[in-house]
Amino acid sequence: MSTISSTQFEQFCDLVRTNTAIVLEPGKEYLVESRLAPIARRQGFDNVGELLKKLGSTYAPALRDEVLDAMTTNETSFFRDLHPWQTLKTEILPELIESRSATRQLTIWCAACSSGQEPYSLALLMAEEFPNEFRSWDLRIIATDISPSMVRRCSEGAFSQLEVNRGLPAAMLARHFTRRGLNFVADDSLRRVIEVRHANLDALPPVSQLGGFDLVIVRNVLIYFDDIVKKRIIESVHARMRSTGVMLLGSTEFAAVNGTPFVRVQSDKTTYFRPR
Amino acid sequence: MRVLVVDDSRAMRLILKKMLLEMGHTDIAEAEHGAAALDRLDTFFADLALVDWNMPVMNGLEFITEVRQDPRFDRLKIMMVTSESNPRLIYQVLKAGADEYAMKPITREIMADKIALLGLAESNMT
Repeated sequence: MSTISSTQFEQFCDLVRTNTAIVLEPGKEYLVESRLAPIARRQGFDNVGELLKKLGSTYAPALRDEVLDAMTTNETSFFRDLHPWQTLKTEILPELIESRSATRQLTIWCAACSSGQEPYSLALLMAEEFPNEFRSWDLRIIATDISPSMVRRCSEGAFSQLEVNRGLPAAMLARHFTRRGLNFVADDSLRRVIEVRHANLDALPPVSQLGGFDLVIVRNVLIYFDDIVKKRIIESVHARMRSTGVMLLGSTEFAAVNGTPFVRVQSDKTTYFRPR
Repeated sequence: MRVLVVDDSRAMRLILKKMLLEMGHTDIAEAEHGAAALDRLDTFFADLALVDWNMPVMNGLEFITEVRQDPRFDRLKIMMVTSESNPRLIYQVLKAGADEYAMKPITREIMADKIALLGLAESNMT
């Protein structure tokens, strides 16, 4: 039974949309309850409804930020879905490396990186499959997220046992991570190539500060936006890519590309996009 | 897919078996230690063995070493499922011939991801 009234839910949806561009559809009260329940408990509220009442009636920026942070934190795992990573290994990265061999520079953007499994998967893939380029090229993996707590976590490169158990091959864990307390911490060689920044996908910094990408991975995040914002984000990604670049989306997000200047490429089970 | 579950804890064998059944893998055999598992492999042609480390009679590492010396089991995938979580120990097990390693506690999502990593099933599309 939800503790949130319909008015509170509507007001909260407005708050989330205004600050993050994320759309919470009707019926998502359960998601708000589950994401905010830990905060309500910690802050001494009887339930999530009481927390939202406080948020709606008082200026409480710290509480608002904490709540928005909880709503924008999404599930992730190492090498999620596997097949896109296989295509990156056998097709996309070899082609990009060939096209960039003159400058020996490769710039990659992991948008909405959450706790960091995706950028670290990329760094691991480069370290294991393209060791020469990993060591000697100017390789930069820019990881961005809207959640300040996720930016902090991703920068630390520390993962729980549960997180490294999900999708990370044991051989990579043994070779590239060190046990520190309860966590497994990525080696400096991986952390060296990853630069973590705070960014809102619908209010990105100028192209001069975030652009020139050979590869953009923006997976399983567009689903949270409405069609207009999705299109705006895709066009913004386009403006930030090199003409030889590649964009990867989540498997349920391909429709967002319709009407944008991208060409769809199908490779086995993986779909990716090239700028027109 | 045929799976051999090797663990001295009956409760753990039950947990893993239930997990596998829920994932649609119904052809499952059990053994309570490495030596019993070697016997079982004579008649149960497993695709995957889930093996605990610390067991009486023959531990998981000894079992893996034995199996990897027998060409009959070249195609058998072995995943160690253990509470040991030191990367040095993980490396030791992989060097002995294990294909994967999962740290307890293990969930259905972890099991599905690991089986996909071993190339024995599709990963969950999300």
